[in-house]
Amino acid sequence: MSEKTFRAALNEALHQEMAANPDVVVFGEDVTGGLGGDGEEDAWGGAFGVTKGLLAAYGRDRVLDTPISESAFVGAAGGAALTGLRPVVEIMFVDFIGVCLDQVMNQAAKFRYMFGGKARTPMVLRATFGAGARSASQHSQALYPIFTHIPGLKVVIPATPHDAKGLLIEAIRDDDPVIFLENKMLYDVTGEVPDQSYTVPFGEARVVREGGDATIIAFGRMVGRAEDAAKTLAKEGIDVTIVDPRTTSPLDTETILEFAEETGRVVVVDEANPRCGMAADIAALIAEEAFDALKAPILKVTPPHTPVPYAPELEDAYLPDAARIADAVRRVTQH
Amino acid sequence: MAKRATKAAAGDPKDNAEDYLRMYRQMVRIRAFEDQANQLYLSAKMPGLTHMYSGQEAVAVGICEALEVTDRITSTHRGHGHCVAKGAEFKEMFCELLGRAEGYCRGKGGSMHIADQSNGNLGANAIVGGSMGIATGSALRAKLQGAEDVTVCFFGDGATAQGLWYEVMNMAALWKLPVIYACENNGYSEYTRTAEIAAGEIRKRAEAFGIESFTVDGQDVLAVNRLARDLVGRARRGEGPFFVELETYRYHGHHVGDINRDYYRARDEEAEWKSLRDPIVNFGKWLEAEGVASAEELVAIGQAVEEDAAEAVAYALEAPYPPGEEVDMHVFAGVPHALAYIDGAKA
Ligand SMILES: Cc1ncc(C[n+]2csc(CCOP(=O)(O)OP(=O)(O)O)c2C)c(N)n1
Ligand SMILES: [Mg+2]
Repeated sequence: MSEKTFRAALNEALHQEMAANPDVVVFGEDVTGGLGGDGEEDAWGGAFGVTKGLLAAYGRDRVLDTPISESAFVGAAGGAALTGLRPVVEIMFVDFIGVCLDQVMNQAAKFRYMFGGKARTPMVLRATFGAGARSASQHSQALYPIFTHIPGLKVVIPATPHDAKGLLIEAIRDDDPVIFLENKMLYDVTGEVPDQSYTVPFGEARVVREGGDATIIAFGRMVGRAEDAAKTLAKEGIDVTIVDPRTTSPLDTETILEFAEETGRVVVVDEANPRCGMAADIAALIAEEAFDALKAPILKVTPPHTPVPYAPELEDAYLPDAARIADAVRRVTQH
Repeated sequence: MAKRATKAAAGDPKDNAEDYLRMYRQMVRIRAFEDQANQLYLSAKMPGLTHMYSGQEAVAVGICEALEVTDRITSTHRGHGHCVAKGAEFKEMFCELLGRAEGYCRGKGGSMHIADQSNGNLGANAIVGGSMGIATGSALRAKLQGAEDVTVCFFGDGATAQGLWYEVMNMAALWKLPVIYACENNGYSEYTRTAEIAAGEIRKRAEAFGIESFTVDGQDVLAVNRLARDLVGRARRGEGPFFVELETYRYHGHHVGDINRDYYRARDEEAEWKSLRDPIVNFGKWLEAEGVASAEELVAIGQAVEEDAAEAVAYALEAPYPPGEEVDMHVFAGVPHALAYIDGAKA
């Protein structure tokens, strides 16, 4: 066990799974580091450095740079998975799914069902997401509700370095297509990460802290912001539970409902746009299944229903922060 | 890899009688399958629509007869021919068309998603051009694993307008993948002539990527097979990818419901292809002329195949539908019923 960044945790997961299973291959744009010759061992390893060192360790038969052709290489990942490999492909920014969604939505996601359970598509599509990097509308979205909406896809959103590693190893070993979303603002966050290989199962929420006054359900980077809010609230004598579902598909409805019922007051924090988003989905679930236990309306804390803006002032106003989360909790507790 | 003893090459045609007769029979099987499927539609026994492969038989058979069971294909919305040619059985196919549990996809896919993994058919595809990435990925897998198999990607002339094709050709050429892009140019995409939607020559587009490209008469099963055997062998030796444009014609409408076609294509044109360029009739004549089979023998093949098809249809019409509880099965590995979230999350 040692302190590692979110980026290093992901990198370790890739190294360990590639070492463990020769069927695991990695491809995407610049994943080898963009270098084709001398010095490749030192190459950066993808736009965010997550695939660093893979080429040197596993060679060009298992680590490939692709042309900027997301449809081709995501489609190829589906075909390679369908015929026996376990590809892990990188889409630099999840926003780029726009050019290749067919290969995810109509192809890989559908194989198992459409072919009557006779196909297996063990592929992982890694992508960065999230606002905060001043990258504007086409490099900042949190599109996980779109993927969650598509049956056949598993959707993973790690919030900590520990979960990043364990969930990625689980994703690589999973027999279904997995969309693995890395919040780019978390790459340099550090935390305790075991050195050995381990998995974090899908569909099991993490209970970040427990408190009886209200329950906050938050994803990805919003978990940390919820924790900040919880500290402020604790000083006011408000004790909250924080649930991090970790995967939106499958979703740990049991843990969500358990704490919703226990506290009767719920705030859902979602970095995705509010319409048809995870916050709305979870609020609907709780309203349907735990109505009698509710003591206040379920509140959603989300960005406005707009694209992500560029100007720092605007982007900061766009993303939910600890103050807005704390405010929502105060409202549900005072109801 | 289990080698099939295909020698249908040079020498006395009679030496290759077995191969030739298998090709003939497979083409007849496709035609018989489609005739039955058309009747099922016209008599309202089949749900949905289907796209007939009739007229294009020499393409699927010429190519698939050059493949081993371990080789892969990807198919299209007009995919029954590819499926039969790659080794599928009538019963499972008709069951799938009729949405029965014994269908290749347990009735979940239907005509446009029929797949037969046991024979290397990775599946039909209802997205025009949608399988180009899958085929390329299958070939990438073969190369990375050092496997010998080749993948053939079937698609229509209309699909050449999809950007994905240019992306995968670039990638396949860069990585020298064992994939053959087989474009069945039947002159139309839906109700539009190819000439109206394709600028320049399709073949030159592949050549622009440095991909060796060929045009072949898609009504001549021997010509198709000769070329396919050569290219499959070369692809196995790492000389791929290749592109082949097969000139062919679809006898029916775009789909079975497209019956009055006068507004977009001439009856004379249809009649000409059917009377002069039918792949089955012409190959039959050649087999007779070369003394490989007599007219009576060919008729007997046709009758036997028709009986098989009729029997399979009768079987499929009586076969049970999948039980309703299967609706939420086969979504995720190891999850028997994936909709648990919607009803009764909390029992
Ligand atoms: C992406 C997409 N666009 C449009 C369609 C509707 N469509 C189905 S078949 C077809 C024509 C395809 O023509 P071609 O590729 O030549 O195949 P053919 O039908 O002639 O075999 C079209 C436009 C579709 N299924 N998918
Ligand atoms: Mg066509």
